[in-house]
Amino acid sequence: MSFLEFVQGPMFIFAATVFVLGALWRLVGIIKIGRKKDISPPKASAAAGFIKGNLRHFWPRGIFAKRTMVHIVGGYGFHLGLFALIFFGAYHIDFLNERILGFSWPAMPRWAFLMVSGIAFAGLIILWVRRISDPVMRLISDKDDHIGSWLTFLVMLSGCFALEQAHDILRAIHMLLVNIWLLYFPFSRLMHGFTFFLSRGSSGATYGRKGIDL
Amino acid sequence: MSNITETAVEKFLEHTDSEAASFFEACVKCGQCAEACHFHLATGDPRQTPIYKLRPMERAYKRDKAPFSSLKKMLGLAPKPVTEAELKEWEELVYDSCNMCGRCTLACPMGIDIAGTIRKMREGYSAAGLVPEGLQRSAEFVKKTSSPMGVTIKALKAQIAHQEKATGIKIEVDKKGADYMCTFSSMEIMGYPEVLGAYAKLFKRAGLSWTISSVAYEATNVGVQIGSAPMAKEILERVVDAAEALNVKYVISPECGHAYGAIRWAGPNLMGRQFKFEVVHIIEVIDKLRREGRIPAGKKDDRRMTLHDPCQIIRRGGLLKEPRKLLNESCSDFVEMKYAGLSNFCCGGGGGVSANPRADELKTKAFSLKAEQLNGVEGLEAVVVPCGNCRAVFEDGFDEYELDFEVLGLSELVAGTLAGDDQKQG
Repeated sequence: MSFLEFVQGPMFIFAATVFVLGALWRLVGIIKIGRKKDISPPKASAAAGFIKGNLRHFWPRGIFAKRTMVHIVGGYGFHLGLFALIFFGAYHIDFLNERILGFSWPAMPRWAFLMVSGIAFAGLIILWVRRISDPVMRLISDKDDHIGSWLTFLVMLSGCFALEQAHDILRAIHMLLVNIWLLYFPFSRLMHGFTFFLSRGSSGATYGRKGIDL
Repeated sequence: MSNITETAVEKFLEHTDSEAASFFEACVKCGQCAEACHFHLATGDPRQTPIYKLRPMERAYKRDKAPFSSLKKMLGLAPKPVTEAELKEWEELVYDSCNMCGRCTLACPMGIDIAGTIRKMREGYSAAGLVPEGLQRSAEFVKKTSSPMGVTIKALKAQIAHQEKATGIKIEVDKKGADYMCTFSSMEIMGYPEVLGAYAKLFKRAGLSWTISSVAYEATNVGVQIGSAPMAKEILERVVDAAEALNVKYVISPECGHAYGAIRWAGPNLMGRQFKFEVVHIIEVIDKLRREGRIPAGKKDDRRMTLHDPCQIIRRGGLLKEPRKLLNESCSDFVEMKYAGLSNFCCGGGGGVSANPRADELKTKAFSLKAEQLNGVEGLEAVVVPCGNCRAVFEDGFDEYELDFEVLGLSELVAGTLAGDDQKQG
C-alpha cells in the first residue's frame, strides 16, 4: 500500500469515523446536559424563536457591522469560500462520489474554483491577522484558535498544490492534512460549524417566548 | 482548591445548563461583542470584552463538564483549574462591568446570551461570598425592610398621602379583591413619588380597581442582581403571597427594568410554580387602557422629546412598540435618538451596578455614550426614561456631563396629557 493509498484509504476512514462520531458525541453531550423547563407563561413561540434566532444571526446588524466591516467581510469570504471549495470543487465531488456517497453533482468551473480559493484564502488570512493584531482578539484567543486557523490554512494550501493531481506526494500531503483536520475537528473550536445552531437557537428561543422581535 | 473556589466552581457547573454550554461551545472568540459593549466602547479596555468576563465559568465548564473533558484531563489537555485569585480578579468584571443589558447578543454571530450567562455566573460568586459591598448592603436593607434602599411602609404611606393631596384621589392600601396590585421600585417611591399620583390619575380615569400592598410594595429584586436564586425567591415570595392573599387578578410591574424580568420571566421558575395572577408591566397596562379608549389622549406635550430604552423592558423584555405608541400620542415632537430601540445603549447603571459605589467611575464613563446620543438629538428638551433606576443614573450623568434636559417617566407623561386635562408636564 502506497502512502497515498493509506491516507486516502484506512486513515481517511478512521479520521472520518472519528469526525462523525466525535461531533455527534459532542453535540449529544451538550444537549444531554439539559435545561430546566421554563414555566413562565410565554408570549410567543420558543420554537419559532429558535429558528428565527438561527436565521437572524446570519446577517450582521448594520450598526455593529460598520465597526468591524473588515472582520465581517473576512469571515463571510472565508466561510462561504471554504463551503464552495469543499462541496463544489470538481476533485472533491469526485472523491465524495467514489468513496462515500456514490452520486455526484455539477462542479464549479475551474476559473470559479480559483476565484473562490482566492476569496477563502484572503478571508482566512484577514481573520488570522486580526486575531494576532487586534487587542481584543489577542486577549480572548487561545491555542485552539490558532491551531484551528493554521490547520485549515495548511489544508487549503496543500489542496492548491495538489490541484493538478500531477504528483501523488502532493495529493498525499493534502489528504494527510485533511485527515488531521478531521481528527482535530470534534475536539476543538472548529466544532462551531455544528454548535452554532444550538447557541443561536437557545437564545433565539428565550427571546422568542418573550415576544422579542429580534 | 480553597473553599471559595470550590463553592464558586460547583455553582458555575450547576448553572451551566445546555444553553450556557452551547454558548461556551459555539464562541469563536471573534471579539464582535466588544463592539457592542458600552463599557468597552467607553474605556477602550480589551478586558471589558463581554465574553472575556465569562472566562472563569467557561474554564470550569471546559475542565469539568464539557463533552471530552475527562479525556482531555487524562491527556493533560484540559484547561487549568480556576483559582481563587482569578475569581477575585474577575469579580469587578462580573459585577461592575456588566449591566446584563444584552446588547452584545445582537452583535454576536453565534447569538450568545452573555447577559443571561453572567446572571448564572453571579450565582457562583454570590454563593462564594464574592459580592461587592454595595450590593451586600442592599441585601441587608432588603432583609430588614424589603427595600434595597430601606424604604419602610411608613415612608411609602407618607408619599401616598402627599400624592393623594396633590391629585385629590384616594389611593387604597391592602384593598382585598382589587383587580390590580401595583408594585414600585424604591427609587420611584423616594425619588419620583409623582409616579404614584400618575397611576392614581390614570387608573381613576380608566375606572380600574387597584391597590398597593403594605407588605409587598417593593418590586426590585436584589437577589436577581446579586445572582442568588434563594434570595431572589425569598423576595419574590413576599409579592406572590401578598398578591394571592389580596386575591388580585394582576400584579403590575413598575417602570423598573430588572423588576419586570425578575417577576414576569424568572418569577415562576424561581418559585417552581405558576402564579394565580397575571404579571403585567405598567407600560402594557397603560397601552391596553389607551387602546380600549379608557384613557384617551388629550393635548400633546409640545416639547421635543426622545425615549430611552431600558434594556430589561425593551431589548430583553419585548416591550418595544408600546412606549413609542404612547409617546407619539402624548408628545407632538417625539424624535428617536441614534441606535433607538433594540440596539439602544444601556444607561450604565443596570444589573446592580448603580447599587455598587465601587463602579461609579466606570458607570459615569459608560454614560458618556448616552450623553452623546442625547446631544445628537437637535433641540432636545426632555427625555422619557421609563425606569426609575435609569432615571437616577441619567440625573447623575447629567450633572457630570453638564446636560440640561428634563427627565420624566412614561406614566407621568401619559397622565399629564389625558383628554380633558390641559395640565402640562414639567
